Amino acid sequence: MSDSVLLQAFIYLAATVVGVPLAKKLGLGSVLGYLLAGVTIGPYVLGLVGTEGHNLMHFAEFGVVMMLFLVGLELKPTLLWELRRPILGLGGLQVLATIAVIGGAAVALGVPWREALAVGMILAMSSTAIVLQSLAEKGLLKTSGGQASFSVLLFQDIAVIPILALFPLLAEGGMRARSSGGNGLPGWAQALLVIGAVAVVIGSGRYVVKPFFRLLAQTRLREVFTAAALFLVVGIALLMQQVGMSPALGTFLAGVVLAESEYRHELESDIEPFKGLLLGLFFITVGAQIDFGVVAARPGLVAALVVGVVGIKLGVLYGLARVFGLDRPARWLFAFGLAQVGEFAFVLFSYGLQTHVLTPALASPLVAVVALSMAITPLLFITFERVVLPRVTAGGARRPDDEIVNADHQVVIAGFGRFGQVVGRLLKANGIGATVLDLDPNMVEILGRLGFKVYYGDASRPELLHAAGCERAKLFVLAVDDPEISAVIAHAVRQHFPHLPILGRARNRAHYYTLHRAGVKKIFRETMGSAVEMGAATLHELGMRAHTAYRIAQAWRRHDERALDELGKLWGGDQGVYFANARRMVDEAERLIRNETPMAFDEVEAEWDNESLREEVAAVAKITQDASIAPVPPGEDEAPPRPSS
Amino acid sequence: MATPRRILVLLAHPVLERSRVNRRLADAIHGLEGVTLHDLYEHYPSGDLDVRYEQSLLLSNDVYVFQHPFYWYSVPSILKEWQDLVLEHGWAYGQKGTHLRGKITFNAITTGGPTTVYRPEGRNRFTVRQFLAPWDQTAVLCGMRYLAPFVVHGSFRLNNDDDVAPHAAAYRRVLEALRDHRFDLDRAQQAQRLNDDLDALITGEPPGATGEASA
Repeated sequence: MSDSVLLQAFIYLAATVVGVPLAKKLGLGSVLGYLLAGVTIGPYVLGLVGTEGHNLMHFAEFGVVMMLFLVGLELKPTLLWELRRPILGLGGLQVLATIAVIGGAAVALGVPWREALAVGMILAMSSTAIVLQSLAEKGLLKTSGGQASFSVLLFQDIAVIPILALFPLLAEGGMRARSSGGNGLPGWAQALLVIGAVAVVIGSGRYVVKPFFRLLAQTRLREVFTAAALFLVVGIALLMQQVGMSPALGTFLAGVVLAESEYRHELESDIEPFKGLLLGLFFITVGAQIDFGVVAARPGLVAALVVGVVGIKLGVLYGLARVFGLDRPARWLFAFGLAQVGEFAFVLFSYGLQTHVLTPALASPLVAVVALSMAITPLLFITFERVVLPRVTAGGARRPDDEIVNADHQVVIAGFGRFGQVVGRLLKANGIGATVLDLDPNMVEILGRLGFKVYYGDASRPELLHAAGCERAKLFVLAVDDPEISAVIAHAVRQHFPHLPILGRARNRAHYYTLHRAGVKKIFRETMGSAVEMGAATLHELGMRAHTAYRIAQAWRRHDERALDELGKLWGGDQGVYFANARRMVDEAERLIRNETPMAFDEVEAEWDNESLREEVAAVAKITQDASIAPVPPGEDEAPPRPSS
Repeated sequence: MATPRRILVLLAHPVLERSRVNRRLADAIHGLEGVTLHDLYEHYPSGDLDVRYEQSLLLSNDVYVFQHPFYWYSVPSILKEWQDLVLEHGWAYGQKGTHLRGKITFNAITTGGPTTVYRPEGRNRFTVRQFLAPWDQTAVLCGMRYLAPFVVHGSFRLNNDDDVAPHAAAYRRVLEALRDHRFDLDRAQQAQRLNDDLDALITGEPPGATGEASA
C-alpha cells in the first residue's frame, strides 16, 4: 500500500519536474506544463495513472482553496470594497448573460429547458485556479484587466452557492424536499447558518487568530506555525462545507480579514508551497482526466462544443468589458482569460447527475469539453500575448515585426517604470538609444503615447532577449521593480549572454545579495541615493554647513556600503551570526556619527583638521624664536594638513 | 561721481565653521552695501558648479574678490574648479570673450606662516605675489586689472575676535574704498600686499574712519 502511494507520488512529481520546466522553457507557462504532464501520464498516453485520479482531484482541489486564501491575504478590506462594482455588476452580468446564451443555444439544439439551464449555469463558471495562476505568473493581476477578471471569479465563487441550491429545484418533478446544501434545513435556516459561519470567520480572524498566533510564535517552532496556518485554512474550509458554502470563498474571506495582521507574511510563506504543489497536482489531474475515449468517439462534436462554448463565453466577456469601459488590452485579456470553463463544473456535473437534473448522455461529453477548454486556456493566453496584444497596444498590426528588426542599440533596459524611465531619459538626452522592455501592458501603452518606444514582453525569455539585441548590446540595465522577476532576468541574461554586463536595481538587501550572487556587475539600492540626500539636507536644515553635511553623508554611505558587502558574505548562512554582525555594523555607524572611532567620519574631519599642526608650529616657534628660519611645515590655511604630508 | 562699484566676494573655505580668520573676515563684510558674498562650498555642497549662474554673477558685478585660505600656496579645490569651468573660452577670454574686460580682481588670503617666510631667503622661498602668478596671469588674459592680494599672515596666532578685528576692519575698508572709487588702482596693482600700507592706497577717507593699517 505505502509502496503504491510512494510510486504514485513519484510519478506525479516526476511529471511535474520534467513537464513544467520544459513548458516554461518553451514559453508556454507552468499551467500548460502541468496539464500536458497530466495528459502524458494519464490513461490515454503512458497509462501510469488510472481512475484513482478522481479522488486525487478532489484532494488537489484544496490547492484552489489555498490559493484564494493567499489572494485574500493580498487584498485589504478597503480594496475589496472598491471592487464592489466590478464584482457585483460585471460578475453578475457575466454569469446571467452566459447562462442565457448557452442555455438558449442548448434549447435550440433540442435540450430540455431544465437541463439547458443547468448546463448554462455550469458552463458560466471560469477556472479560478488557471486564471489566477496565469495572471500572477505573468504579473498581470494588478492590471485593470486582471482586476476585472479577479472580480468576476470572485462573483462566480459566490454564485456557486445559489446554483447548488437551485439544482434540486430544477430536477424533473421539482424535488422540493431535497433542499439546498443537502442537509435538510429550510431555506431561511440555511441562510442564517451561512451568515453565522461568515460571522465566525470574520470574528475569529479579528479577535482570536492574532493572540493564538502570537502564542505559537513564542514557541519558536517553525513547523508548529506552519501546522497552525494549515489548521486555520482547513478548519475554515470544513466549516464552509458544513454550511453549504464554497470553501474557497470562506478562506478568501479569512484571508481578507487577516490581510492587515502582522502575521500576513508568515502565513503567506507557510501556505505558499502547499498551494503551489496542490495546484500543480490539480492541473495534472485535470490533464489526466481528459476522457480521450469520448473525444475519440465523437471528435467532431467535442471540438465543435469546445469552440462553441469558449467562443460564446469569449464573446459575452468581451461585450461586457466594453460596456464596463475597460481599455482595449484589458478587454482582450479579460475575454481570453476567462473564456474557459472552471473546475467547479466537475463538481456541479456530478451534483447534477446526483440530483437527476442532468443525464449521463449529456454530461459525459461536456465533462471532456470542460477539461479541454481548461487545457487550451494557456494557449489562449499565449494568443493574447503574442497576437492580440501587440495589435491592440500599438493600434496597428505591423508593430511586432518592427520590434525585432530594429533592436540594435547599445543598451537594453528591462523595466521602464519610475526607475528605468530616469535611466532611459538620461540616455536619450545623450543621444544613446536603448531597447526598452516592460511587462506592464498599460505602462507600455501610456509610454507609447508619451513618445517612448517600449516593447511589451517578459525579459526573462531568451528569445525576447535575443530579439532585443542582447548579443550586440554593451550594457543591460535591469530596472525591474519585482525582486523575483528581476532575479530571473539576471540569471537568464548571465546564462545566455555572459559577455553582457548588468547594472541592476535592487529593491532591498535580500534582492541586492541575490543580484550580487547572480553576477550583476553593479547594483544600486533604489532608495539609497535619495535617502542619503534627504539625510544630508536634514543636517543642513539643522544648521550644518552644506558641504560638511554632504561629505558626512557620503562617508556614511561608504561605510554602509562596506558593511553591506561584509554582511553579504554572511547572508543566507546562520541567521544569528548575520544579525549579530548587522547589529555591530549599525552600532559602528552610530559611533561614527558621534565621532568616537577613527573611521569614515574622522576621515572627513582629519583632512581639514589642523589642530596637530597648530600645536607643532607653536612648539617649534617657542624653541627657535625666529620663525623665518624655523623648520616649520606649511601651516593652517596654507596647506590643508593631510596625514604624513 | 561715478556709480558705486558692485563687489562680488567668492568665498571658498571647505570647513568655514572651523575657520578662525576667514569666517571673521567674511562676517566683517557680510551685508555691506554693494557687496555680494557668495559662499561657494555652501552653495555647491558636492562641488558641482552651475556655470551659467556663476557667469551671471560676474556680469552683474565689477570687482571680484577671491577670499580663501592659502592651501598649498594656492586655492581650495572648488576655486580651481570655478576657474576651469566658469572662465570659458569665448566668454571670458579669446577673440570673442570680452565679458570680463575692465573688471577688477584680487585674492584675499590667509596664511599660517608670517610675512618673513614669504621672501627669497625665507623658508617658503617665494613671495605671495609670486605664488599667485597664475591668478595674476588669468586676470590679465581676461582683460582684468589684477590688484595685489589682501593677506592675513600668521593666522595660527590669531585665535579670537580681538586678534582678528584689525584685519577684519582693514578688509572692510578695502572693499568700501573700492566700491566708492576711493582706491588708487595703479598703486594697488604694483603693491606686494594691499594691506601693507592701506592709507597710501585709499584716497579721500570719509570722516570718522581710522587710518589704522595692519601687517
